[in-house]
Amino acid sequence: MNNWSWEIFLEAFPYVLEGIGITIGLTIACYLFALIFGFIWTFVRRIPVKPVRWVILWIMEFIRSTPPLVQLFFIYYAWPMVPGIGMTLSPFTSAVLGLGIHYSTYIGEVYRSGIDGVDKGQWEASRALNFSTRQKWTKIILPQAIPPTIPMLGNYLIIMFKEVPLASTIGVVGILQMANNFGAENWRYLEPLTIVAILFLVLSYPSAILINKLERKMNRRFDKKTPTGSKPISKANAPG
Amino acid sequence: MDAIVEVFPVLVKGVEITIKVLLASIVLGYLMAFIAGFCRLSNNIILRKITGFYVEVFRGTSLIVQLFWLYYALPILFGIEIGSDFWAGVLAISLNYGAYMSEIVRSSILSVAKGQTEAATALNMSRFQRMRLVIFPQAVRMMLPEFGNYLILMLKSTSLVSLIGMTDILYYGDILRSSDLSQAPTVYLLVLVFYFIIALPLIWLTKKMESASKKGVASQ
Repeated sequence: MNNWSWEIFLEAFPYVLEGIGITIGLTIACYLFALIFGFIWTFVRRIPVKPVRWVILWIMEFIRSTPPLVQLFFIYYAWPMVPGIGMTLSPFTSAVLGLGIHYSTYIGEVYRSGIDGVDKGQWEASRALNFSTRQKWTKIILPQAIPPTIPMLGNYLIIMFKEVPLASTIGVVGILQMANNFGAENWRYLEPLTIVAILFLVLSYPSAILINKLERKMNRRFDKKTPTGSKPISKANAPG
Repeated sequence: MDAIVEVFPVLVKGVEITIKVLLASIVLGYLMAFIAGFCRLSNNIILRKITGFYVEVFRGTSLIVQLFWLYYALPILFGIEIGSDFWAGVLAISLNYGAYMSEIVRSSILSVAKGQTEAATALNMSRFQRMRLVIFPQAVRMMLPEFGNYLILMLKSTSLVSLIGMTDILYYGDILRSSDLSQAPTVYLLVLVFYFIIALPLIWLTKKMESASKKGVASQ
């Protein structure tokens, strides 16, 4: 432990902290992008043409099972070189696109599980009442499908927060990059990297507890409300 | 087409490292998951608290930070050399995902019906027998689907080891890109395809594990 220096710790702390705005801002930007793009996946995979659906499913599978780090590099380094449609993007925009698209495939699955959880009778009722497609989705299906997924969506916010330091590899100056810069300038990596770890822990641990509470609260609420025989939420949370 | 022929053999050189890191991380990660999962259910409060701390720290920070910390900071702090970038990478990945998966182990064991424990006690089984013969076999099948998902997450995370200088697929991709930027689209697309091909058997395995866990269980 004799290599630990509190002086350097105190010196590095404000330096590293300067990056927190970028880290949190990028988290929110990526998350919003993923939330919106997730909807697009949910709807395009419902297109009633089999080959189209099949292609969409494989694209989603491809995005989901390849590393987000490589996808970031692709968007940042390769996209500008693609003839015709390529353009140079700033590191921040590249990160929003890269991480946003990667996690949108996961979020699309969350939406789907919510929609699948809506009771069949609700679809039939909206048809019986002669609702248009638009009304069916906005008035009947989505208001019931989305609330039960809120805890899961919250989890993805925390996951996103922990993925955002990947963006330091393409030069987004969040807390991890600030720590690396400090290390390069002063040749001390121990303290700044420890500070980054502490900052992540301090921000993500309370959020995780909060989400957990929310989840329990929602479970109780939806269990009470749903009539016997249809319990979408308890099914979604059953072990295994 | 020429570009692909040129890039392909270079990237192939990295496949070995990626697969080695992946396999070592999977083995160590599952091992860690069971050790930590059981420790959190132990009667010993100190053991429980220590593993609880480990799990929360590794779940609460990001993998890339842990990797850098193990690689750059740990040797300075304790004067311990992990020995190689290989083990720094494998340790970071397996400790991180081990922490996540230990929660699956713990919750699966806890969710085996209470009557099973009571029945085993009534049959005069010892605590160890109860776990080995009755609880654990039922818990494992509940763990399978989630464990499958983590295989792909671990594969994706192996790409991080290129950041500490290991010569995996992405490392060779970066070298090709820095020597000729105009090749970047071909290079990174091919890197993605490489990872996807490695992921295919894992996706298949995940589906298998899922169906194995459903087999013979009455749906509720």
